[in-house]
Amino acid sequence: MAESIQGPLVKLVDLHKEFRTKQGTLHAVDGVSLHINQGETLGLVGESGCGKSTTGRLLVRLLDATSGQVFFRGTDVQSLNRTELKKFARKAQIVFQDPYSSLDPRMSVAEIIGEALLVHKLYTKGKALRQKVESLMDYAGIASRLINSYPHELDGGRRQRVGIARALALEPEFLVLDEPVSALDVSIQAQILNLFEELQDELQLTYLFIAHDLSVVKHISDRIAVMYMGQIVELGDADEVIHNPLHPYTEALVSAIPRITRSTEHHRIILEGDVPSPVNPPSICRFYGRCPVRQDRCRRPVELLEVEPNHYVRCVLRETA
Amino acid sequence: MIRYIFKRLLSLIPVLLGATFIVFAIMFFTPGDPATIMLPQDATAEDIAMMRDFLGLNEPFLVQYRDFLLRLAQGDLGNSFRTGQSVLGLILSRLPATMQLATASLVIAIMIGLIAGVVAAVRQYTVWDGGAMVTALLGVSMPNFWLGLMLILFFAVFWANSFGYTLLPASGYGTMQHMIMPAIVLGTAHAAFITRITRSSMLEVLRQDYIRMAKAKGLSPFKVVFVHALRNALMPVVTIIGLRFGVLLGGSVVTERIFAWPGIGRLLIDAVRAQDYNVVQGIILTYAIIFSLVTLGVDLLYSFIDPRVKVRYR
Repeated sequence: MAESIQGPLVKLVDLHKEFRTKQGTLHAVDGVSLHINQGETLGLVGESGCGKSTTGRLLVRLLDATSGQVFFRGTDVQSLNRTELKKFARKAQIVFQDPYSSLDPRMSVAEIIGEALLVHKLYTKGKALRQKVESLMDYAGIASRLINSYPHELDGGRRQRVGIARALALEPEFLVLDEPVSALDVSIQAQILNLFEELQDELQLTYLFIAHDLSVVKHISDRIAVMYMGQIVELGDADEVIHNPLHPYTEALVSAIPRITRSTEHHRIILEGDVPSPVNPPSICRFYGRCPVRQDRCRRPVELLEVEPNHYVRCVLRETA
Repeated sequence: MIRYIFKRLLSLIPVLLGATFIVFAIMFFTPGDPATIMLPQDATAEDIAMMRDFLGLNEPFLVQYRDFLLRLAQGDLGNSFRTGQSVLGLILSRLPATMQLATASLVIAIMIGLIAGVVAAVRQYTVWDGGAMVTALLGVSMPNFWLGLMLILFFAVFWANSFGYTLLPASGYGTMQHMIMPAIVLGTAHAAFITRITRSSMLEVLRQDYIRMAKAKGLSPFKVVFVHALRNALMPVVTIIGLRFGVLLGGSVVTERIFAWPGIGRLLIDAVRAQDYNVVQGIILTYAIIFSLVTLGVDLLYSFIDPRVKVRYR
């Protein structure tokens, strides 16, 4: 295991994930390359079915990639055997979107949070484990009197906090947050987002924050990656992507962020049509069919290029600029 | 919890009243006369009339039913018309054999059904899954009288002819060997049902995020399947086992007949053919009580399986 202190914590190299369906091969993730630096939050944005959750699951190896590599501290996650994978679970964890289906209904809060500690033999059943669970609940902001409750007795926000405490139990360095607030009420969303930021400061965590909504991601992320049909179409610093979007798709997403002030300049870009089927897509710009500024020269494959310093975009129109 | 059980036991009374009434009515309006059956061939018309009077068969339907209920309330199920033995004694002497058979077949069915169902779900769309589903379809489709005869033909008759000894006894009661074939025959359809319900329930649960999470935590695949998935998938399986217990009792009547198993099922058939009212009534009552108690047991079991259910026991 080559561990490099320098370099990114997580690195994806030309990652592909295909699913076989009856209609043909579905390219859920189609050549994604990116890195996540230690201590930063990378926001991954895109609409339903664009492959962002699949990317997150590939990162913690809940799925096996079709091709390409996932490096964690320089180690290829895909090549880990079962014992190594168990060790890897202590470094990278995941928080799921739906706090209702992500908690085992037959386990109490104590069991849900403590299970990983028992499985990894860090604790044995007893007082010490209970104290550890209580301190994790404290981190996640759940009252410790709820330690013997069952998931169905908790509301959505508390359930999600249990999910977070569970992910923190193994003291990971890296968390995949798979739409962790999109199933919650707006008022609770803000609380949970703040919780993530506090935890990051306190525990030096690195996040991959997946969302379908730029307004959620823009505050918490250092950098933002925008995904469309399995490909990264834009990647850059959060401010850059929000204030200076270079891809027409990102522009449309940015224009959809609700604003309080009414300005005459602001107009929403409404995309026409639907996302085309990701089964056997044509080898031209994936956004061509829905792009408001498409031109004939867009009918060819496009690469992700660094058009401004640390700002990458996949668009024919930006290639010459 | 105690209150809940008490309430459920009270609700048994109308169920049993209904069951006895229906059976009583069917027996009453069925052509044939128990008095004629009881008396020798050369009995005179007066003899028969006297016998009918003695048995209380000349009373109107509702009067007879009332008398039956009054005796039942005193714990008296009457005597067999045919043999004069007490019905309660008859049933109690035959019940253990039926319970043995039912338990053995249920254990076989649950073991096979759960394992096959879990394997089919975990290996969905593979040969394992296909094999389990085809076998399950065969299992539910085969009537148990036919399966029983086939097994007897193969293991007792064919085996004896080919190898000179019988692998399993064709019928009878007493040893473990006697139990094997009837238990398989009675359990097959249930194993098939349990397989199918376990599979579909497991597939549902395996899609949940907490299963993904269990994998992400680093749990072994065995623990993921049996600790997280199966425990949550068990609810509908237990329901089906409970509901199908009635079918199991019904099946035991046929199975006991085929294998000459001395249980209450065979007793029932003999009693029906002889129009032995009291015995038939007693056995139906026994079935109704057993089935109701099993259903209650299943409901109580829910609270051990699923913490969400406890709230409902008020």
